[in-house]
Amino acid sequence: MAGAPFDYVLGLADDALILGHRLSEWCGHAPLLEEELALANIGLDLIGQARALYDYAGAIEGKGRDQDALAYRRDAAQFGNLLLVEQPNGDFAMTVARQFLYSAFAAPFWRETTSAKDATLAGIATEATHQAAYHLRHTADWLIRLGDGTEESHCRAQAAIDALWPYTGEMFESGHASLRPEWDKTIATVLVEATLTRPKDGWMQTGGRSGRHSEHLGYILAELQFLQRAYPDAKW
Amino acid sequence: MTDPLMPLWEVFIRAKAGLSHRHVGSVHAADAEMALTAARDVYTRRGEGVSLWVVPSGAITASDPGDETELFEPATAKPYRHPTFYTVPKEVGDM
Repeated sequence: MAGAPFDYVLGLADDALILGHRLSEWCGHAPLLEEELALANIGLDLIGQARALYDYAGAIEGKGRDQDALAYRRDAAQFGNLLLVEQPNGDFAMTVARQFLYSAFAAPFWRETTSAKDATLAGIATEATHQAAYHLRHTADWLIRLGDGTEESHCRAQAAIDALWPYTGEMFESGHASLRPEWDKTIATVLVEATLTRPKDGWMQTGGRSGRHSEHLGYILAELQFLQRAYPDAKW
Repeated sequence: MTDPLMPLWEVFIRAKAGLSHRHVGSVHAADAEMALTAARDVYTRRGEGVSLWVVPSGAITASDPGDETELFEPATAKPYRHPTFYTVPKEVGDM
């Protein structure tokens, strides 16, 4: 029955994998030891979500594709992640803003999914809900510190929010418009406290869910998939 | 490293209800809230606890290692203060 449910679960898995991979790029580069571990923790939460979701997507498809087959043996056009999560890490403010904008959506999304009719997805959502709530809290806290910090950190935080804003509309496509009011409220509350300005809702980027990605995804996949492509089914 | 913006905080974790908080290490943070978050991320990755305390390191007054002899030596000469001379009745079981 590969089709809508398969694509839906696969898109969620791809969001988690790609964002988790982006956070893993901070390993060894974070501004503080404490934040190094915090970013890695968030990344590992997301990769854990991706694994459960890939297992489930593979089961829905019923062609014997496992986590590795789905994560490592598909090309960019077959990935259905949001364009937001593949955007480069940039500076620390950009990474914080990207995670904040996504987690402000993911926290209520997973919370609502805990009561989904689909028992497997509801089960995955139960664990993801707690994780997303913490990711939101952690990144909101940082965004407020950066926005309401020094002139330099304020400018960087505002630039990050402005640059990523056109990628936020895509989250509310495919039946998720009902999550918009809570997201708007979270964003408004945190931006005010952070003394940051909410960008105007203009033209929004779209296409990630249907495989039309920015150039960044190809580079991510080249690094992520190299080993399995060069040495299929390698074990060590 | 002494950074006035990011001072040191000592971290204490309660492993489970009923046990006391134990010192596990320290983190750098701008304020108590950030210290708690950092402590969570650094020290509770493997299910170490159910409660966290953070205390500014500067708030701790420590004994001088040079005073070790006069402070602690007298106690080592008083083994009778240890409750090892009592016979524990069988009914008590494991203590």
